Amino acid sequence: MKKIVMLICFGVSLHTAKAQDESMLKSIEDSLPTTEKVTGAFKSTRVINAHSTEMLAKGNLDFRILHRFGFVSAGVKQLFGLDAASMRLSFDYGITNNIMIGIGRSTFRKEIDAFIKGRILQQTKGAKIMPISLLVAAGYAVNTEESFAVVNKPKNIVDRSAYYVQTIIGRKFSSKFSLQLSPIFVHTNFPVNATDDQNIFAMGGGARYKVSKRIALTLDYHHPFGNLDSSYTAPLSLGVDIETGGHVFQLHFSNATGMNERAYITQTTGDFFKGDIRLGFNLSRIFKVGRRH
Amino acid sequence: MKIWGFVFVILFLSSTCFAQRRLYTKTGSITFFSKTTVENIQASNNKVFSIWDIASSRIEFSALMKGFEFEKALMQEHFNENYIESDKYPKATFTGVIENGNDIALGIDKSYNLKVTGALTMHGVTKQISTLATIKVNKGVVSASTNFSVLLSDYNIKVPSLVTDNINKKIDISVNIPAFIAQK
Repeated sequence: MKKIVMLICFGVSLHTAKAQDESMLKSIEDSLPTTEKVTGAFKSTRVINAHSTEMLAKGNLDFRILHRFGFVSAGVKQLFGLDAASMRLSFDYGITNNIMIGIGRSTFRKEIDAFIKGRILQQTKGAKIMPISLLVAAGYAVNTEESFAVVNKPKNIVDRSAYYVQTIIGRKFSSKFSLQLSPIFVHTNFPVNATDDQNIFAMGGGARYKVSKRIALTLDYHHPFGNLDSSYTAPLSLGVDIETGGHVFQLHFSNATGMNERAYITQTTGDFFKGDIRLGFNLSRIFKVGRRH
Repeated sequence: MKIWGFVFVILFLSSTCFAQRRLYTKTGSITFFSKTTVENIQASNNKVFSIWDIASSRIEFSALMKGFEFEKALMQEHFNENYIESDKYPKATFTGVIENGNDIALGIDKSYNLKVTGALTMHGVTKQISTLATIKVNKGVVSASTNFSVLLSDYNIKVPSLVTDNINKKIDISVNIPAFIAQK
């Protein structure tokens, strides 16, 4: 009898010992709030040319220097396009974590542009799942270059203006792969060619594939629908994002010179697949100017 | 014979009783610092879980890596994406024991300096650490705090050569539990 009691006691102590081997935290972790924002779908607020699903955080200022060189097909006499450089300088600022604004100025047609971009939905995982991120962007562009046109000369600022609205729907499928669709509507008051449509709709697509923690491959394409001069083509860009601390370098090949929505959607020339490719880079440097909270 | 039955009941009761004597918190905080001449980096997580089994002096911690807040949003993104890889390794955990933990009298106001030893797991690597912790009992409220350092290289966290001057190889960590509460 004694032995049986001893055995029972031993059994009870074994039981408690076993219970202690399992993580004690399990008993309190069940109530974890597990909805989590999916962040970092793209390295920058632009895929290459197009707005991405990323936003600047509140109080962050993004100084961007964009360069597009000439066609590589121009050959060695033009140092494969490096003799001709077109650029855009811009400042973007995060007003809140979900609203940002930006202004920029391009060499091409001496165009000044401004935009506002807002995030309506952010992709989440966990308890509450939101499969996509949804953003909208609206912008304005005005060209300030002197017109030498004999007929159809722009008379005033209205004639020089263009507007766009864009929706960005994207999803980060894995830590490496992100994809977005970005339909855009561009209205130009006074197109360069009188025969071009004032209203152009374009379907955009962008993708990112991370090859390492700090290097990613990117693709950015827009297909314009509407009547544009036959010399105009669809802008296609393939690039590499390289991240170094506060900088993001976006090196790419593209057929587009324009670096604002009006310019690259309605005024891209050159056939990407016939060697009409330009080397280009975007340099993004983020400064923290405002408080985060 | 009866005495054995009595002993058995006592043993059974005490074992179940001890198993339930646990203190926990869901609002512990962990702050880490990296100080260099170039810049100081600091981040805090105020939703750290901890549970402490009084009888066995076992103590566990758990912190979500995405719960660390930085002053610079970009730093937070880089921390999650490039350094700690939160998607792959979402949590840091610690499992250890308070040495001589039974010396702590929860009914008396007093402060103790005791050694805590155990396994710290983060970024997929588990390493043994040991630190001196201050455990205070004040009007029935039990609080605890400690400071220790870890080497980034121990946890397989690589810093690219371009920013080696910005990030200290040794990260100072401070843990603070303002109040443990009894688990029901």
